[in-house]
Amino acid sequence: MAQGVWIVAEQRDGALRKISCELAGAARKLADQLGTEVSAVLLGSGIEGIAGELGKYGVDKIYVADNAALEPYTTDAHAAAVFKVVKENDPAILLFGASAQGKDLSARLAGRLATGLATDCTEVKIADGKMVAVRPIYAGKCFIEVVSLANPQMASLRPNVFPATETAKAGTIVKFDPGLDAAQLKTKVVEVQKDTSGRADLTEASIIVSGGRGMQGPEGYKILEELADLLNATVGASRAAVDAGWRPLADQVGQTGKVVSPNLYIACGISGAIQHLAGMSSSKYIVAVNKDSEAPIFTKADFGIVDDLFKVVPELTKECRKLLG
Amino acid sequence: MNIVACVKQVPDTEAQIRVKPDGSGIDETGIKWVMNAYDEYGVEEALRLKEKHGGDVTIVSLGPARSLEAIRTALAMGADKGIHICDPALDGADAYVTASALAAAIKGIPFDVIFCGQRAVDDDAGQVGAMLAELLGIPQVTVVTKLEVNGASIRATKPVEGAQLLIESPLPCVITAQKGLNEPRYASLPGIMKAKKKPVDVKNAQALGVSAEAKLKVLKFVPPPARPPGKIISGDDAVAKASQLVGLLRQEAKVI
Ligand SMILES: Cc1cc2nc3c(=O)[nH]c(=O)nc-3n(C[C@H](O)[C@H](O)[C@H](O)COP(=O)(O)OP(=O)(O)OC[C@H]3O[C@@H](n4cnc5c(N)ncnc54)[C@H](O)[C@@H]3O)c2cc1C
Ligand SMILES: Nc1ncnc2c1ncn2[C@@H]1O[C@H](COP(=O)(O)O)[C@@H](O)[C@H]1O
Repeated sequence: MAQGVWIVAEQRDGALRKISCELAGAARKLADQLGTEVSAVLLGSGIEGIAGELGKYGVDKIYVADNAALEPYTTDAHAAAVFKVVKENDPAILLFGASAQGKDLSARLAGRLATGLATDCTEVKIADGKMVAVRPIYAGKCFIEVVSLANPQMASLRPNVFPATETAKAGTIVKFDPGLDAAQLKTKVVEVQKDTSGRADLTEASIIVSGGRGMQGPEGYKILEELADLLNATVGASRAAVDAGWRPLADQVGQTGKVVSPNLYIACGISGAIQHLAGMSSSKYIVAVNKDSEAPIFTKADFGIVDDLFKVVPELTKECRKLLG
Repeated sequence: MNIVACVKQVPDTEAQIRVKPDGSGIDETGIKWVMNAYDEYGVEEALRLKEKHGGDVTIVSLGPARSLEAIRTALAMGADKGIHICDPALDGADAYVTASALAAAIKGIPFDVIFCGQRAVDDDAGQVGAMLAELLGIPQVTVVTKLEVNGASIRATKPVEGAQLLIESPLPCVITAQKGLNEPRYASLPGIMKAKKKPVDVKNAQALGVSAEAKLKVLKFVPPPARPPGKIISGDDAVAKASQLVGLLRQEAKVI
């Protein structure tokens, strides 16, 4: 019988990604309710040293495949390795991060395992011995609760939502052979161009400072960058700003951009169109700065300032500098 | 080149989504249905490949009778023919059933490259493209912002957190389209007229030999949790308001 809660951990350049610890935290809770173990799969090359770290986050057993063909990530190699170890061990639940890599891999595997996958979940719980996953649809205009009718029950979890908790335990490391067949590895990464901004991706940022058409041009974002630097935040944008060419595509928040849930979202000069609200209204705290008191963004804001953002934002930066140095 | 583009009809992003009182689904009254925004990028890229390399573009869509409009829109943009998988047994199909039906339909035609959207803006699953690739036994490159086809292989740019990857794959493969891939064209009036005469093949689950048995069951739909009413920090002095806001974020919200 399928048993155990499994996570597929993620590492980049030999360091465990934060989402891996969040997955471990979520898995631990599910496993405790089911009275079962948490296992992790960790894939890459030269990564055995970091496998043990997962134990600190509540993982009992870490299945490690260390193989040059697993670095950098490709769908083909990782899907083959995870499929093999899952088939051999028959877990009941299999969790991924809803990251670029986790989404790509989980969907491929759900196809291979012929099972149900819930994408980008914001909550997972146990009812009648099965995992019930809660996830936004329509970019957050509505939520659904879903359950997989086949095993493993798969879900990808939204970054930044599930707390990672350290425990005193140390996990057991189990090495496995990913059994890769070179003929099946069809795609390859030919180039990696790293972003040098040093900021977290929007989907992983805990604070986002976002600007819209009210920024009046690309130069306007300078004041947002300054505030973001102090808060260790990432800068986002509305589609209006992206389409005007003021900000790169990767910065767009909303139904046809990134759906985000940071602890704090500061919207400056953004009216709050339905597509924008859909993408950010699950943020824990929302601040709006807009000169129009009727702007719909205020219906979602926890704190609002009705004023000219070019006066308010530099003052916010000054105040934050006093506080945070 | 034989190019396939998968197209899903979804509610317009302007639509307010209301959950039915019994939580069994969303209330569809008054909803305007359109082609999924990401599928527009897929169709556009398909047409550009055809213009450059020759060949033809087939549109495949699974959905109720109204989905024919989304197929016609793609045909009006310039695609050559359509396959409409239409069967009440497939209403509300999950990603696995959808991908199985699309795979069955596509297996029946020649294909070199298949486009999907990176996600459908209704269910936000982002699964069908990868599952389709798996079921057809071909590689995938998901969330693509730039594509180059060179003979029997492609090179695709894919943004991930903190980096851009350039990925090479042999053909045939599935590409899922992300904003940035291109600027989709509008259907011209002559295009719309011509589209009416282009062939659309209608198939049901039985003809395709696919099972409608779901892998993922929706227990209920719920409206988003209500946000408590916000606080407007008032006054004429921007400095005082900024200082008050920072205080609230520090002491009350504890987020900075
Ligand atoms: C299919 C589709 C998908 C879409 N997807 C998205 C999406 O994913 N994300 C998204 O954001 N949008 C999306 N949109 C666009 C959306 O409908 C809006 O057009 C867009 O969000 C508006 O951006 P904005 O708020 O920056 O601009 P506007 O609506 O023009 O608002 C600008 C705001 O700035 C304020 N302002 C101006 N000057 C100042 C100042 N000096 N100080 C303070 N406030 C000031 C104004 O009062 C106004 O409220 C989509 C649209 C469509 C049709
Ligand atoms: N019913 C459908 N008919 C045709 N294509 C679909 C259908 N559902 C999903 N797709 C394709 O798969 C992509 C991703 O959908 P999803 O996995 O539902 O987010 C969409 O952008 C479409 O290209």
